[in-house]
Order: sequence, then structure tokens, then C-alpha cells
Amino acid sequence: MRLRIVLGWLVTALLVGAVLSFALGPFAWQLVTAFKPTEQLAQLPPLLPRQITFAHFAAVLTAPGFLRVGLNSILVATLAVLLAFVFGIPASYALAKLNLRFAGFLLASVLCFSMFPSIANVGPLYLLFIRLGIRDNIFAVVVAHSVYALPFTLWTLTNFFREIPDDLYRAARIDGCSHLGILRHIVLPLAAPGLASVGLLVFIFSWNEFLYALALTATERSRTLPVAIALFPGLHEVPWGEIAAASVLATLPTVALVLIFQTRIVSGLTAGAVKG
Amino acid sequence: MDLVLENIVKRFGDKLAVEIPSLTIRSGEFFTFVGPSGCGKSTTLNLIAGLETPSSGAIQLGGTMLNPLPPQKRNVAFVFQSYALYPHRTVRGNLSFPLELAGRARKEIQSRVEEVAGLLGIAPLLDRRPSQLSGGERQRVALGRAIVRQPKLFLFDEPLSNLDAPLRVQMRKELRRLHAQLDTTFVYVTHDQEEALSLSERIAVMRDGRIQQLGAPGELYDNPANTFVASFFGTPPMNFFEGEIASEEGGLFVRCRELHLRLKDASGTVPEKKKVHCGIRPEDVCLESKPAADALQAKVVSIEMHGGQCHVELELQGIRLTALTPARVACGKDDVVNVTLRSAQWRFFDPQSGKRIEI
Repeated sequence: MRLRIVLGWLVTALLVGAVLSFALGPFAWQLVTAFKPTEQLAQLPPLLPRQITFAHFAAVLTAPGFLRVGLNSILVATLAVLLAFVFGIPASYALAKLNLRFAGFLLASVLCFSMFPSIANVGPLYLLFIRLGIRDNIFAVVVAHSVYALPFTLWTLTNFFREIPDDLYRAARIDGCSHLGILRHIVLPLAAPGLASVGLLVFIFSWNEFLYALALTATERSRTLPVAIALFPGLHEVPWGEIAAASVLATLPTVALVLIFQTRIVSGLTAGAVKG
Repeated sequence: MDLVLENIVKRFGDKLAVEIPSLTIRSGEFFTFVGPSGCGKSTTLNLIAGLETPSSGAIQLGGTMLNPLPPQKRNVAFVFQSYALYPHRTVRGNLSFPLELAGRARKEIQSRVEEVAGLLGIAPLLDRRPSQLSGGERQRVALGRAIVRQPKLFLFDEPLSNLDAPLRVQMRKELRRLHAQLDTTFVYVTHDQEEALSLSERIAVMRDGRIQQLGAPGELYDNPANTFVASFFGTPPMNFFEGEIASEEGGLFVRCRELHLRLKDASGTVPEKKKVHCGIRPEDVCLESKPAADALQAKVVSIEMHGGQCHVELELQGIRLTALTPARVACGKDDVVNVTLRSAQWRFFDPQSGKRIEI
């Protein structure tokens, strides 16, 4: 009996360890690399650096354009969230509560569009943005990201809005609200956890997105962090230390956001599973 | 400020939900729509509120056409079965919401909210949230939110159905008091016949989207227009059985199997169809303690105790009857008892159409 319990623990520990090393292993490697002096980078052992260096971080932070790129990333992700909300919130409200005849069909077709791999439409988008004259402009990336995030936004918000009982909408109408008033006074406050989790996930998606950002940008004027880091390797050498330091820096904002909104995300993603 | 419904028809797809040719709800009246679920009573209320639009017909309030107005412009208040309080607002926030939307001054809002809270006895709860309130308290807040804006019309959609029985009886009293105090038209929807009888000045009994009968509670109870209305009101429900009317020597008789009952001395008008549906209410089936001249012998099938009253199920020459006795009964199961039927209280209905026949 005891043996079984011990064995159970052992198996659990092994599996959790496997998952953790799979998920966190690359990040740990980056972390170690970021703090290793350059001359030790290609040596193994030692796994851990004998002395810690901040040279890579200093190099990255003082490199021309890096801060600009960081700012671009923050702007792109924030604007993508805002744009997804501007279109997603009213659309979801209509889909959830206005008894549209084709609501189900609309949601299904939106899901279909999101199934296209992004490589399939990056070419046309590229041409379109050149025609519009906004290539190498962060707004091109913002539009691409928010459009790509819209199906997810619509689906999640529609479900959140459906959770709000019909009688509340009816009561608000009787009390004197127009549809916009209901959105402002009833729906947005009540769906706040949903909005927080959707916003956060869209932010993280946009922050990490690579393909559109690579295709639609050309210079540091509009480049985002993942693209800039990928372009670090020079003609003759790959600056592993700087790449690692930049990656660690790029991870920090999302980790911080998730930690801050952690409880909200969980309550947001599970809301509606059971009536609370 | 009469509420007038004219030629109202509401269809959902092909299904007829409501059809009301003409109905006037008088100013200041406590008016109730009652009927089984799916009879169209709630839809009628939604049409008046503007939450649904009629397929055709007109709704007027005090001479103003309501049809083109959205719900927020109709100046009606609605109390929901689910209370529909805003969970993210405090009780005060819930009460002040309609006034804020109407753009009233802050001072006015505050004094009005406190006044209504005092009227309903919810002043100590003003800073709580709906989730911290009991069902009865929530219902009071919902009432308060309706009262606070001084509407021209109150609409209630089964407001007491989610409350437990003692609270429901108490809230009935409160509603009557409020109606007297506010002096505004109440339009009330319920499936509970007892609630309808005890609250209303007039009742419309609905079935399959149509009004079956319209009248004061006593009128509906005593003179139901058809078998549906007759069996809808009353606990236990009216007794029904098939019979035949005959004019014989000595008066008008009703015959049913072995039963031969004299209705009237005079030979009144005998209906064309002699076969009828006979109905008599349980309280008009009387158990006699001593043998009377016109008493019948019946066997007790079962006795149900309801506090001060009893429901006694009887077998009277092959006919099952329920009697409602005003006091405890001394008899037991399988006893044979003396029963009289109050002949003036018989009601007769056409077996085909269910409509009442005057005899």
C-alpha cells in the first residue's frame, strides 16, 4: 500500500518534471546564456556561468534602435487589443443578444476564416498594405494582428455576453437604456473579467507574433521585438549572448501581465462553466 | 389614464401567441392576466412594455399610442420574476439607475431613493449588493426600482413565484398596500389562481393566446364562462360529471347514472341538448351529521387533512366527488356518510364547446 503511494508520487513528479522541463527548459537556457560571459558561451561544462555578467543586457539596451523597437511592440500590442475591442465588443453584443437570424452561421464562418494559416494570406496582405501606403508602419501590423485576433475575440466575448441573463437587458431597457447604454452600464461592467482575459491573450498573441510583423515591416521605424531579435545575427557571427538577453527582456512584460491578472484570467476563462 | 389594447395579434413564426380583439384596463386598476404556462400572458405584458412588438394592433395609454415608442420612452415599470437586479451595483445604485438615466438632479435622486427605501423597509440595505440579499429583500429592491421613477403603469411578471410560501403571502399584502398607496395602474401576470383571486380587482383568464373570461374575482369563481375557467379556479378543483337534463313532473331534474337530482321546482327552460357537463364546487358538497330529507348516501374513499379544512373524496353511486368540509370530519375511510348537494350551485356546460349553459 505504502509502495503504491510512493510510486504514485514518483510518477507524478516525473511527469510534472517532464512537462516543466519541456516548457521552461528553453527559457532557462536563455536565462543562463544571457548571464554567461561571451567566451564561455560555447563551452559546456560548465552549465552555470562561474561569474555573472550584465554585458549582454548592457549591449542590448544601448544598441541603437532597441528601445524604439520595444516601444513599437508595446504600441502594436496595445493598439491591436484596442482595435479588437472596438470591433469585437459591439459585434459580440449583437451576436449574443439581438436575436440575429444568422448569428450561428456568422460565428461559424468567422471560425472558418481563423483556420487559414497566416502564411496563406500574408502575401495578399503585404500587397494590400503596399497599395495603401502603410507598409513599414506600425498600423499595418496593428490591423493585421487585430483582424487575426478577432475570431477569438468574437467567440469568447459572445459567450461571455450570453452568460448575462436576458432579464438584465430587459430591465435596463425598461429603466431607460438604449442599446449603447446597456453596453456601457450593464454589459461592460459585468463582463470585465472576460474583457480582461481576452485583452491579455490578444496582447500576448500580438507581442509574440512573428510572420506578419516580419513581412509588413522593413526598418526599426515599425519593427517589433520578435522580428528585431531574429535579425540580430550578423554576416559573420551570431551574438548568442545578446539574443538571449533580448529574449529575456522581451518575456518580462508578458510574465508580469499574467502575474498581475492571473486570478482574473482564471475566473474569466472558466466563467460560465458553472453557474456562480 | 386607461390602457387600451385593440385588435392585438402577436405571432412567433406561424404560431399564434396572443390574440386580443379589445381590452381596456382602467386607470388605477389592479388587473391580472392569469393562465397556465404558454397561454400568452407574459407575451401580452411584454407587448405592453415594448419588449416585444405586436404583429398587428394598437396599444394606447391615456390616449397616447405606445406602439412607436421603445420601452425606455413608455414610462412603464417592470418587475421580473428573476428580480433582474444589476449585480455590480449596490441597492442604492439599483434604485437610482432609472433616475440617473432620466438625468434627474443628484439631490432629487437621493431624496427619492431614501423615500422609496423607507416605503419598502429596505433603508438598512442601501449599501449592500444584490448577492448579499435574501430572495424577499431582492424582490423588495426590484419593487423599489420600479416605484422610484413614478411610472404611469406598473407591470409585474410573476413577481412572487420565486419566493417561498409564507413570504409570498406576506408580499401579496404588501402589493395590495402599495397599490392603494401609489394609486397607479398595476398589470399583473401570474399562473397562480389563488394569487390572482386574492390580489386583483379584475382578472383576464387566458388560454392559447385568447382571453377566456374577463371579470371580477368573485364573478369568475361563481359564474365561470366555460369548463376551463371553472376548473382553473378553486382548490380542490370543481367536480365534473356527465348528466342529462330533464323536465319532469315536480320540476327540473338532472340525471346521471342512478342519480336523480331535483334542481328547481318550476320547470325552467330545458336546453336543446339534454346532455350536459355538470359541475359543482367541493364546498357545495356538504357532509351532513344527521340524516336529512334530501340526503344521499356516499362512501368515503379518502380524507386529506388541510389544517382546519378537509378534502374528502366520496363515491356517490359510481360518481367520484370531492367535498371541502369547513371543519374536521369525524368519519373515516370506507364509512358511509350523508351528503347533500347545494342545488343552486350547480353549473352546466356544453359537453362539446365547454361553454356554460344557463338553466
